[in-house]
Amino acid sequence: MPSDIEDPIISLRGLTKRYRGTASPAVDDLWLDVARGEVTVLVGPSGCGKSTTLRLINRMIEPTSGTIIFDGADVTKVNPDELRRNIGYVIQKVGLFPHHTIGDNVATVPRLLGWKKPKIAARVDELLDLVGLDPSIYRDRYPKELSGGQAQRVGVARALGADPPVMLMDEPFGAIDPITRERLQNEFLRLQAELHKTIVFVTHDIDEAIKMGDRIAILRERSEVAQYDTPERILSFPVDDFVSDFLGSGSTLKGLNFERVRDVELAVYPKVRGDASVAEARRVLDDADEKWLLILDGRGRPLRWVHRRDLRAASDGDDLTAMGNRVRANIEPQATLRDALEEMIQSNHSSLVVVDGSGSYLGCLDIEVVTSAIHRMQATARKHYADLTADVPPVDAALLTESSDPTGTPDPTEAPDPTGTPDPTESAGAAPS
Amino acid sequence: MVLADSRFDGISSWWNYMTVRVPEDVRQRTLEHAALVLQSVLIATLIAVVLGIVAHRWALTKAPLLGMASVFLTIPSLALFTLFIPIVGLGTPPSRIALVMYALLPIMRNTVAGLDGVDPAIAESAKGVGLSQFQVLRRVELPLAWPVISTGIRISLLLTTGIAAIATLVGGGGLGEFIKDGLSAYPLGFSVEQVWTGTVLTMVLALIFDAAFGLLRHFTTPRGIRN
Repeated sequence: MPSDIEDPIISLRGLTKRYRGTASPAVDDLWLDVARGEVTVLVGPSGCGKSTTLRLINRMIEPTSGTIIFDGADVTKVNPDELRRNIGYVIQKVGLFPHHTIGDNVATVPRLLGWKKPKIAARVDELLDLVGLDPSIYRDRYPKELSGGQAQRVGVARALGADPPVMLMDEPFGAIDPITRERLQNEFLRLQAELHKTIVFVTHDIDEAIKMGDRIAILRERSEVAQYDTPERILSFPVDDFVSDFLGSGSTLKGLNFERVRDVELAVYPKVRGDASVAEARRVLDDADEKWLLILDGRGRPLRWVHRRDLRAASDGDDLTAMGNRVRANIEPQATLRDALEEMIQSNHSSLVVVDGSGSYLGCLDIEVVTSAIHRMQATARKHYADLTADVPPVDAALLTESSDPTGTPDPTEAPDPTGTPDPTESAGAAPS
Repeated sequence: MVLADSRFDGISSWWNYMTVRVPEDVRQRTLEHAALVLQSVLIATLIAVVLGIVAHRWALTKAPLLGMASVFLTIPSLALFTLFIPIVGLGTPPSRIALVMYALLPIMRNTVAGLDGVDPAIAESAKGVGLSQFQVLRRVELPLAWPVISTGIRISLLLTTGIAAIATLVGGGGLGEFIKDGLSAYPLGFSVEQVWTGTVLTMVLALIFDAAFGLLRHFTTPRGIRN
């Protein structure tokens, strides 16, 4: 299976695991490249062989046939214990050593590698700090004194012991309550932004996969790759029914998590300051030929929406800040389109006022922009796959060049790049099978 | 004693016999007995732990190994002590072999149970971070199984302390000497007292072993897994 990942750190070539006495192999002829410094998520239904695949990488399970390339070298036959010291390993059940202190648990790999004592002690404290556990409190405690979430932090610290370039994580947050899991996921992403490890992450939870993965491999039975790509593209363009069933309903909406308000064109509405006269407000609205006028305060913060009707009914001396409707729905540029849509639905507005961190008006986000973003993303992903393979029907060119919203006026600046060429640094994955 | 109660005659006469007549014998035979038991249990521990590890790791060997040790325990003790005389002669050697064979089962079974009881996730994560199979066993599995293994050793200690009284029949010495002498002299004077001496001291020795081993076990169990 071809792959466009350049210089992969891990390359699985024709990997097969067949257990004695079973009719079909657990993993059948798997070809997969793992990109350096990225989080690659293996996701699939139970029993699809994703955990087996992970354990083949560090040879916890020995492959029946096939080759594992690690950092350019064939490691299929090297000493597996030494291989594993260079690959962090975190499992769902954590498996801390209950008879060792937390510090000793974290020191496991540095000790195996024969580090000097002061270096080990410094490393243990550094790692405990890194995962958010105060070394002076936790270093000398025993695992039985930890909560599930804390235990998994120690598990991650232990896996990071000798700073391995690669970490394998098998449903690391699977046994943790939802609130703690969310916190651990966020901390993990923060850590990863700092450390840039290569991480292969197994989960059965597609939402976790979308959240954590730079790249997702959706696996079906016998670890066959159904689709391997960025979460954005998988959500925008599931290659077959298996993938779209696995993504479940709402995958289109999930795709909106990857587009931010600052990345889309904002609508411009006429605006005046609250101390302006009604006559001035009428003139501004007439000039813009719009129905709604936005009233700002002295520091540029949105106050009220005033309709043409309101101005017509007002007398000259009236206070603009007492007319119309209060602006209720604001959103900041770094919010995702998913957040924006949520806000629109909750506030029952089809347009949101976009404000910066200090609350100053930047523009407006209309619901049509959100829906056209969805279509643009889908069209871009479709085009990407059309370029990769001839099996996918050609792209509807109209989708690429104009907004599909029949009511909205297409804004040429809003349309996606008509060539639709995906950024080569972003392109990923194996061709759909 | 003015109001001498006949029920106490036996005990005071035994106490008199033990402390006044034969204090030298008491010390020597107790030490012999203790040494025989401790040596046998030590050897049995080494063998049983190794066999227990084998049985734990290779499931196919589990039933035959445990079965063999169970069979040893069913051989009548009188026969087992004499079985090896043609090979190793009289004295402590045949006694030691017999006691080792008796001590195997509790230790081996508890070694298997202790190792089986180690959470597989712990062994897996140990292997996963790069411990070799031997390191996983020595640093993780055996320390975690130790409380269970040591219970097996404790049972074997109690078991063999009692059975070791038979060693006297093959010239192995120990506290059984008192019992044998007493039985052969019955109903002559002090014969009952002699039997009592052997029996009570054997029981006391067993209780001392038990208490001492309980302490040892407490201090050899890692703090993180102590209750």
